[in-house]
Amino acid sequence: MSAVLETRALCKSFGALTVADKIDFKLEPGARHALIGPNGAGKTTFVNMLTGVLPPSSGRIMLGGEDITALGQATRVKLGLGRTFQINALFRRLPVLDNVALAVAERRGVAPRMLRAASAHADVRAESMELLATLGLAEDASQRILDLPYGKQRLVEIAIALGLKPRVLLLDEPAAGVPSLESHRILQVLDKLPPEIAILIIEHDMDLVFRFAQRITVLVQGEVLVEGTPEEIGKDKRVHQVYLGEQRHG
Amino acid sequence: MSRHAGGYSADPRIRAVEWLPWIVAVAAFFVLPEYLSLGARILIYILYALSLDLIVGYAGIVTLGHSAYFGLGAYVAGILSAKAGISDPMLQLAAAAVAGGLLGVVTGAIILRTRALTLLMLTLAITSVLLEIANKASSLTGGADGLSGVVVAPIFGMFKFDIFGKTAYLYCLVVLLAGWWLVRKLIYSPFGTSLTGVRENSLRMHAIGAPVYWRLVLVYTLSATIAGVAGGLITQTNQFVGLNVLSFESAGELLVMLILGGVGRIYGAFVGPVVYLIAQDMLAKQFPEYWYLGIGTMLVLVVMFARGGILGIFDGLLAKLRRQA
Amino acid sequence: MQALLASLVSVAFHGAALGMILYVISVGLSVTMGLMGFANLAHGVFAMAGGYVLTTAISRFGVPFPLALVLAFVLVGAASIVLERLLYSRLYAASDLEQVLFTIGLIFIAVAVARFIYGTLQQPVVLPDYLKGQFSLLGRDFPTYRVFIITFSAVMVGLLWFGVERTRWGAMVRAAVDNRAMAQSVGIDTKRLFTLTFALGSGLAGLGGGLGAEIIAIQPTYPFENLVYFLVVVAVGGLGSLRGPFVAALLIGVSDTACKYWLPQFGAFPIYVATIAILLWRPAGLFGRHA
Repeated sequence: MSAVLETRALCKSFGALTVADKIDFKLEPGARHALIGPNGAGKTTFVNMLTGVLPPSSGRIMLGGEDITALGQATRVKLGLGRTFQINALFRRLPVLDNVALAVAERRGVAPRMLRAASAHADVRAESMELLATLGLAEDASQRILDLPYGKQRLVEIAIALGLKPRVLLLDEPAAGVPSLESHRILQVLDKLPPEIAILIIEHDMDLVFRFAQRITVLVQGEVLVEGTPEEIGKDKRVHQVYLGEQRHG
Repeated sequence: MSRHAGGYSADPRIRAVEWLPWIVAVAAFFVLPEYLSLGARILIYILYALSLDLIVGYAGIVTLGHSAYFGLGAYVAGILSAKAGISDPMLQLAAAAVAGGLLGVVTGAIILRTRALTLLMLTLAITSVLLEIANKASSLTGGADGLSGVVVAPIFGMFKFDIFGKTAYLYCLVVLLAGWWLVRKLIYSPFGTSLTGVRENSLRMHAIGAPVYWRLVLVYTLSATIAGVAGGLITQTNQFVGLNVLSFESAGELLVMLILGGVGRIYGAFVGPVVYLIAQDMLAKQFPEYWYLGIGTMLVLVVMFARGGILGIFDGLLAKLRRQA
Repeated sequence: MQALLASLVSVAFHGAALGMILYVISVGLSVTMGLMGFANLAHGVFAMAGGYVLTTAISRFGVPFPLALVLAFVLVGAASIVLERLLYSRLYAASDLEQVLFTIGLIFIAVAVARFIYGTLQQPVVLPDYLKGQFSLLGRDFPTYRVFIITFSAVMVGLLWFGVERTRWGAMVRAAVDNRAMAQSVGIDTKRLFTLTFALGSGLAGLGGGLGAEIIAIQPTYPFENLVYFLVVVAVGGLGSLRGPFVAALLIGVSDTACKYWLPQFGAFPIYVATIAILLWRPAGLFGRHA
């Protein structure tokens, strides 16, 4: 089975500081893959390189077999790469519906249209409402983001990425900042994500990781320490060492 | 209620209250015939302010160089008439629009690769370049004395520009109507909503695959075209164009008008120029030194206490009334 | 050939004088922009105020020239503290648009006040006798006052650079420019630091305005007319940098003088075009850090 997302010897340094050291990574179609590691391991840097926010110092990134290393952010999105942000990147003063509709409209090629009213595009509205319904956000469609509780905002963050109908979805700490009473909602949503999408999730919440992931990659100081199934990782002594004394943020 | 017009949840139909400005404008034509030249000036500045609001209020681009496109439009219309002898108003206006648009796309493509101070600086530099050219190329532009001898033939061969300013007023009103209709369509369209997205969270727009740079260049070009049209109108109604169309003081004044009315809402661009120009007409002649003092103070106060401008204050009052009801 | 050499020297000399004035005025702007992230377009107001203080002190109160320079520095610096505490500090977190609007408002107010008090004409500059006339240097004659401008500015610049490199205040400024949040978390009182630095920068602007009153005329429209120059120095030099604007100011001073001398029909056109080109090549300025 050929990987849908792959990196080959991906490196990134800022002067003398190396934040990514020859990372080889493969994400299979339909994967449920977690990337874990202590703070400062370079996980978000890795995601930023995958999405095109940060150019790598060397190495290659392949999406669906195509080399996307030199491609810009928007192009990668068009090719099927979606992401969420660790800190919500939402349109806070806009209603929830518009937040999702903006993504759906981009995907459908409706966004550049200038003459017909946005709200007249029933297809975009319908698809956005459907998406919100699957995430349990249908009644909040007309609420502004800044009027929503944080847990629901996190869900909108995922909804926007889903609106892009990505092949690969990169979730950067989806449960970050969500009170543990609400994080089961996030897990529910993650469980119901379409099986065709390959998902890479960065997380510190080990409960969520071990319940969700089928494969886990451990990143330490920019290098891949080990990769394997949850059972293998759970037993790995090196991983225990790395996390010994680490404070869990939940 | 969100004050942002447009979006996928908004009703795009023209509400009854939106016809109010036009009713007032037509009424003014009949009821205040002595003030028609001030009226035309107000209409032109509303169009100019609308164009600026597109980029400042909707796309979130802070610029002090919008007068470059206004000024270019003004001079192109003037030079076409005074130097090339073309007096058909439609041609002059079309030339002004094209000139504004061309300069807009060229400069926009360049400066929109930068942000914040660098972008602001570049907008100032571009306007300075045009000012220098207008000042030095006096055989073409009239230099510091300005360009007179602008002739505007009757519109469609029928409507002559009379000395009472009747034709000019109605002409500007029609052009403004067209401009307003276009801008409104744009704001309610998916394109306009994506601009709001860029302003609210540019990072997110990139992450959903929006070609942010090209969208901004496009809206910038459209805005420059409209500003060029406004510039052409000013030359046509004054039959003169001088260096002040390019000055920083007038660029600052336009920004003041926009802020006064309320940024990022279509009718802010209506309210601002009306209030500013009428107040200026009444007060500035009597107390010129106090005028700029008043404007400056008002600007400082608005920024510190009333960021939504006049319409923002109205919104606040309405919200208070609703809560008490 | 002799004539060409003579004019080259002359252009370089006058250009250097203009450049030094531009730097003394603009360095405060660069530091406050790097430090507070605040685009103070009204910076020219402080320079203008210094010019008015100087010329008024000399013409109306007969104050001797050196004292008048000190007054320009001190009075403008003190006034800026009031402005900073009352107004500027409330807007450090405001959006770019709001900061731009606020400073434009300040310019309008300052222009109106200046016009009201002094009228629209340029302020005449009365130099003391010992600064008039020609000064002989290496077999050539240069205007004494310009020589004074260059040397005095060089001394001020030296003091400033020494201060930033060696004093505790300077270390705090450099830290805060580099990383404001970090500076706060190591206990640097950023509020006091901002006020002090703002006052110093504005005072220097006042000093530069007064010193350069002969080169950049003191009139009510000063902040509008010269805004572009000050911003160009900072933008091309690099925000928050100390040496960048120095190089930029000298470059601009010399190029402007050269253009006005050899290509007067183009005015300042080449400067603006060059600025655009440089900013496109290096958006953070010649010596600036990436955004």
